Amino acid sequence: MEPNKNVYAFSKKIFAEGMRDGFPIALGYFAVAFSLGIAAKKAGFSPMEGFFAGLLNNASAGEYAAFTLIASGATYLEVAVITLIANARYLLMSCALAQRFAPGTPFWHRLLIGYDVTDELFGITIARPGYLNPFYTYGAIVLAAPAWATGTALGIMAGNALPIRAVSALSVALYGMFLAIIIPPAKKSRIVAALVAISFALSFACGYIPGIRNLSEGTRTILLTVLISGVAAVLFPVKENENDA
Amino acid sequence: MHNNYLYIAVMAAVSYAIRVLPLTLIRKPINNRFVRSFLYYVPYVTLAVMTFPAILSATQSPIAGAAALLAGIVAAWLGAGLFPVSVICCVLVFVLEIFLV
Repeated sequence: MEPNKNVYAFSKKIFAEGMRDGFPIALGYFAVAFSLGIAAKKAGFSPMEGFFAGLLNNASAGEYAAFTLIASGATYLEVAVITLIANARYLLMSCALAQRFAPGTPFWHRLLIGYDVTDELFGITIARPGYLNPFYTYGAIVLAAPAWATGTALGIMAGNALPIRAVSALSVALYGMFLAIIIPPAKKSRIVAALVAISFALSFACGYIPGIRNLSEGTRTILLTVLISGVAAVLFPVKENENDA
Repeated sequence: MHNNYLYIAVMAAVSYAIRVLPLTLIRKPINNRFVRSFLYYVPYVTLAVMTFPAILSATQSPIAGAAALLAGIVAAWLGAGLFPVSVICCVLVFVLEIFLV
């Protein structure tokens, strides 16, 4: 027992905390991946192919967009571009995470964390104060990634076996998780609360504005994120250390 | 004729590159205040944009989706964690749609 262990050192307790917080995420992923499997089936994917697509991508919007394109016989280049656009927000999230690695953290942790930067795993990782202990995130990943991959495979196999009532109810699990991530900071900061409200309003409006409404949901998410966050960063720059909030 | 495993490889390569390049190339702390502020706000804005109005069309009845949104906000405001908030939303949609659909 060293008193001043490195923040990035393995700890059973921190890994277990990651699993605890990853469990609800894994459940939500399973449900969402299940419905994603239906889209994968339309694209002609076998359960095994769906399993690998899920395991290697870990991206709901990105995979959905790609499956839809593949179903219409897209080229590999088109699939690469849509994946890039739909997943571009992960680039921003990874930039934010890169800031949280303690000096001296071994390089391979960056390679492993990069495997599964998703909205939810990013959310719970960044919500922890101070430097990042990658084993917290690994604890969540060991539950979340297999749930995502098997959910996709089962979705392809079982397709419409689940009653539509159940699918409808399960489909809001993901949004419930989003809310649980954004509302607590909004409660603490009026600026974040206002940004959440503005994001809701503009996102809603974009579904009606001619021209913009024809863009894919993924593209609209990127444009709005850059626009709103950019304006907020100019008007309300955060103070030092507020990143740890 | 396209190969599904090649599709998967293309998707996986792009997804991983997007995530790992910032993690590996940006090793030093960013001191620029604008960039730091921007990155601080990004996750909240992205998740908010993706939640609404998408939650309204995720369910069979938009009313159930709206109710789940409100219930989720209230529950999270009162301090409920990830899992409880999700369960509340799911159960509410299930119960409401018994009457609505």
